[in-house]
Amino acid sequence: MTLNAFLFQVLNGLSSASGLFLIAAGLSLIFGVTRIVNLAHGSLYMLGTYIAYTFATKIGGVTGFWGGIVATAIIVGIIGALIEIVLLRRIYRAPELFQLLATFALVLVINDAALWLWGPADLLGPRAPGFRGAVEILGRRLPTYDLFLIVIGPLVLLALHLTLTRTRFGRLIRAATQDREMVGALGVNQAVLFTSVFALGAALAGLGGALQIAREPANLATDLIALGDAFVVVVVGGMGSIPGAYLAAVIIAEVKALCVGIGVVDFGFFTINFSKFTLVAEFLVMAIVLIVRPYGLLGKAQGAVRSIAEPEEPIRPATPLLKALGIVVLAVLLCLPLLAQGSPYLLVLGIDVLIAVIFATSLHFIMGPGGMHSFGHAAYFGLGAYGAALLVKWLAFPMGVALIAAPLLALAGALLFGWFAVRLSGVYLAMLTLAFAQIVWAAVFQWEGFTGGSNGVIGVWPPPPFDKSWAYFLLTLVLAAAAVLLLRRFLFAPFGYAMRAGRDSPLRAEAVGIDVKRVHWLAFAIAGLVCGVAGGLFAFAKGSISPETIHINRSIDGLVMVLLGGVQTLTGPIVGASVFALLQDTVMRQTEYWRALMGAIILLLVLTFPQGIVGAFASLWRKMGGRI
Amino acid sequence: MRPTRHVLALATALACAFAAPAFAQDTIKIGELNSYKAQPAFLEPYKRGMELALEEINGKGGVLGKKLELIVRDDGANPGEAVRVAEELVTREGVVMLTGTFLSNIGLAVTNFAGQKKVFFLASEPLTDKITWSDGNRYTYRLRASTYMQTAMLMPAALAANAKRWAIVYPNYEYGQSAAATFKQMLKKAQPNAEIVTEQAPPIGKVDAGAVAQAIDDAKPDAIFNVLFGADLTKFVREGNTRGVFKNRTVVSLLSGEPEYLDPLGEETPVGWIATGYPWDKIKTPEHIAFLTAYQKKFNDYPRLGSIVGYTTIKSVAAGIAAAKSTDTEKLVAAFKGLSVSGPFGTFTYRASDNQATMGAYVGKLALEKGKGTMVDVKYIDGASVLPNDADTKKLRPAAE
Amino acid sequence: MSVSDLSVLELRALSKSFGGVHAVRDVSFEIGKGEFLAMIGPNGAGKSTCFNMINGQLAPDSGEILCEGRSIAGLAPRDIWRLGVGRTFQVAATFGSMTVIENVQMALISHTRETFRLWRPAASHHRGRALELLAQVGMEEAADRPSRELAYGDVKRVELAIALANDPRLLLMDEPTAGMGAGERHGLIELVKRLVVERGISVLFTEHSMDVVFAFADRIIVLARGRLIADGDAAAIRDNAEVREVYFGTGKTFALSASQGAKA
Repeated sequence: MTLNAFLFQVLNGLSSASGLFLIAAGLSLIFGVTRIVNLAHGSLYMLGTYIAYTFATKIGGVTGFWGGIVATAIIVGIIGALIEIVLLRRIYRAPELFQLLATFALVLVINDAALWLWGPADLLGPRAPGFRGAVEILGRRLPTYDLFLIVIGPLVLLALHLTLTRTRFGRLIRAATQDREMVGALGVNQAVLFTSVFALGAALAGLGGALQIAREPANLATDLIALGDAFVVVVVGGMGSIPGAYLAAVIIAEVKALCVGIGVVDFGFFTINFSKFTLVAEFLVMAIVLIVRPYGLLGKAQGAVRSIAEPEEPIRPATPLLKALGIVVLAVLLCLPLLAQGSPYLLVLGIDVLIAVIFATSLHFIMGPGGMHSFGHAAYFGLGAYGAALLVKWLAFPMGVALIAAPLLALAGALLFGWFAVRLSGVYLAMLTLAFAQIVWAAVFQWEGFTGGSNGVIGVWPPPPFDKSWAYFLLTLVLAAAAVLLLRRFLFAPFGYAMRAGRDSPLRAEAVGIDVKRVHWLAFAIAGLVCGVAGGLFAFAKGSISPETIHINRSIDGLVMVLLGGVQTLTGPIVGASVFALLQDTVMRQTEYWRALMGAIILLLVLTFPQGIVGAFASLWRKMGGRI
Repeated sequence: MRPTRHVLALATALACAFAAPAFAQDTIKIGELNSYKAQPAFLEPYKRGMELALEEINGKGGVLGKKLELIVRDDGANPGEAVRVAEELVTREGVVMLTGTFLSNIGLAVTNFAGQKKVFFLASEPLTDKITWSDGNRYTYRLRASTYMQTAMLMPAALAANAKRWAIVYPNYEYGQSAAATFKQMLKKAQPNAEIVTEQAPPIGKVDAGAVAQAIDDAKPDAIFNVLFGADLTKFVREGNTRGVFKNRTVVSLLSGEPEYLDPLGEETPVGWIATGYPWDKIKTPEHIAFLTAYQKKFNDYPRLGSIVGYTTIKSVAAGIAAAKSTDTEKLVAAFKGLSVSGPFGTFTYRASDNQATMGAYVGKLALEKGKGTMVDVKYIDGASVLPNDADTKKLRPAAE
Repeated sequence: MSVSDLSVLELRALSKSFGGVHAVRDVSFEIGKGEFLAMIGPNGAGKSTCFNMINGQLAPDSGEILCEGRSIAGLAPRDIWRLGVGRTFQVAATFGSMTVIENVQMALISHTRETFRLWRPAASHHRGRALELLAQVGMEEAADRPSRELAYGDVKRVELAIALANDPRLLLMDEPTAGMGAGERHGLIELVKRLVVERGISVLFTEHSMDVVFAFADRIIVLARGRLIADGDAAAIRDNAEVREVYFGTGKTFALSASQGAKA
């Protein structure tokens, strides 16, 4: 690469950085003030692209394009405010992270709404009036619109910065970002503050989307892509820090542009195609930054957020009623192969449900009692699945050995990643786990020769008698029951108490001699190990695995299962996983717009059971004077 | 909030959902699974194509005296999910065969499932060569021209450019990787002095179009081989046009002439690119005109390539069942060997040697007419003409039989 | 006085600054065995910083902290706890998701190094001993209640039981009576005093309420702007001109302030 080519790629990077910054700035604001992990942020961005496209093509011309961009930002801002008022406000008192579930449902609903309104085809907007061409720089042609974007990013940054530092509204936002309770103490109407911040954040997302229509088509996949980008930028920059978001956007965009610019390099013995690294570049940056600067580049350690949710009930050993119920469920499941002779699919579905139960229970183990919200639990599922599949593929191991070895690989991964992750807390821990999972995903995706790349590994079938679904179902049932009971046992043992102690009050826990990091590290490892069992079982159940087993979608599914069941209960993840898996099976069969239906059902559950399904029943039961 | 009412509504919904579907014995059930939500641009027209074919077949009394019934499922764009859905279709719905899939990894997972569970599977759209070759099995047939075939169809035009310096750009996953590998291999064989000056492999759906276009320009290629499609292609073309990357360069491009990917480009259409595709308004064969008329009449919209694939899939299914005179899996497997099917692209066969259909594709130059992208100088390339002969094919299928 | 075997804790020339602001400067003092030592000073005097250094939450910039002759500066809180230094916090910290007795059992489990046990239920560990400790602070009735449901004064008592679980030689109590009414305050401090005297435990506590300090402390040390400005018994401190200057800027007396404090 010549110097000019290099410099030119730096310019390309700067224009991409502006786009990234606009997506991320709103998310950063929203998170900073409301502490809501807004999964629907990418959906708001996507709405921005579609709405701006509509203005630009239906009205057309300068007004349609530029006026449309402004109008889009306003409209998306209003949509954001509505989401906050109608939905999120009702569930602020729910356990931490529960709002994530609601925003997850919104992702599904908004995506289907966009499909219904705008159709399936990609929609490319017109070129921007006034910025249609290119200018010569360094002997190359740079689109004038890129120049415009290079300027607009810092301008928005400046405007936001002035708003945050020079206005009362801005000072409130900054104060709330540092210490939310203080703002409440100052007599500020928190509801109005939250609504306006949500609206502002949404408007920024809409603006970001609208500005992209001159460069890329409105497309139904952009919601998740934008969301992923936004998270990385926000975390790298530091939650709530707008200049941090810009800095992070620049770093990530430049790293990518340079990877592309470098292209294929021949090192003699081997060649590396650096353009392939754009797949993982942002997550590598994120992992490095979080390890070196846990609060992001310009982030500050935040005051401990005391949850406004009801604290958790003490855990009690199972009552005779619950034990009896457990035995009945287990007995029914054991008889299922006999009962299901008429409909063998029940067993297939049962296997999936049980695998989901192991997955969710292991996630809950660290997420509930450990207070570590892993956003990358799929990593251990995937390591288990790949561990098993690759042992069968390369070393022709029998299934038994593969199923034992698979969790060990997951354990190794959990030990390594957990060592770093337990040094952080809250959303930073969540994001570091996500980064690690994405790195594993990218490594598996990239390492074609060994892992089969995007195709994955196929032909991993269980030997007889386990090729019959009844036998495999029973095997899965035994392992699932063992996993659930074992994890439960651990939670009632001193170790489980130490985990909760470290979560309830790290200060107090350390002050009574508990090495909280070590306890949480071990918990992370146990969760990884058990999750690996689920992964191994999955590989043989499906006969093939692919990088999707590690994908962020699976991690989010896990979060949804745990939250749906109730993070503060021990049976919650079992119920949540079962309900989610059954819903998915049912809903996907029912309708063309199954995503919207799924989203609507989750929204209904969220509003009906703000503590999760089991949590709601448990508190109802307590109110009636019963004990579980 | 009244929780009880919500709970009741939910319980009712679930109860309805779980109720076993009624078995209607007077139909032949076909299980179709695809990534409808993840790839709507291709698969919505695909679904329409299937509907049209179904209507035609059942309108004439169906097959073997029974009507065809299509049970459609979304596979969630996830191989694990797809295998479960496949099991559901087979065990709960009792379908006689599986059709569909779009993404290569899902196609492969279902192929493997079909081989393991001895279920007939007609892979309609996934392009990876592995489905019919290295990972092929006797239960799996494929309709669409594979990556290898599509690349081979473009080779004459690529070689005619007589370019020394080539740049390649492809999405970094199975389809892109195997297309790039096939292209390099064929280029090296046919034109040993050619050189690959840069290779860009952006992640699918996330191309950094400006940077990629610039990196290609900086490598100063004489010609470009493009495998990007969908939103990636749209972004790349706009950036490349603005930056003058395609000026005075031959561009050879896979799939870019398919309306799914060409139409979003509109005025941005890169005139002169040589591409495979489906110029629906330029094909004047009687089979196609019949199809086009029926399609436009039914949907008041023009067909996309997805429509062709969906339509031909169902036509193939009907022809196969009719030839087998049964819905028994083994008989279907036998009947599809060398089966002739006539579709909008004319008559083609499912090769006995590798279960690959010989349905071809159109190759032509992209052009702009009335502000819309289209193709000119189009030519139909028969799939049979670009496939290896039976002896060579055998070597490519170690796993089959 | 030289370092005698009677000294449980000794601070030598301890300093700590944050971004150029000296929070604690050159502070030295020691606590004898069984001594009930109060540390007082206006807000920002460096009391909490001092506490956090002794307890291990902060590492000093310079100086030494000796616990029974052993240097503990820079050790982790949990290691300092294992050396017999218990702590209660200004804002009471208990494990909110546990019952009262489980809070105490947790400390006992940690004390006996059973934290990593995975099998036998925690509930069956040290229940008897935990009940005993709760009885000593008058909380045995509440043993099986969720700790988060307790009144604030009761939480303080539970914290005390937790702090006593590892048979400490020194208790650090950061404003043990903060947020309590006057009657409750005396009750709690009386309880603490009785328990520590029985066991020969030394106590270092900070306190805003001067009536409590003068009524109970064996000795008082005064910090102001990070420096130790006085060290002596109640009478000596009362008469110390510098202390009065720091607290009131005038010659007002503590008796007056104590009565105001009680009203507030």
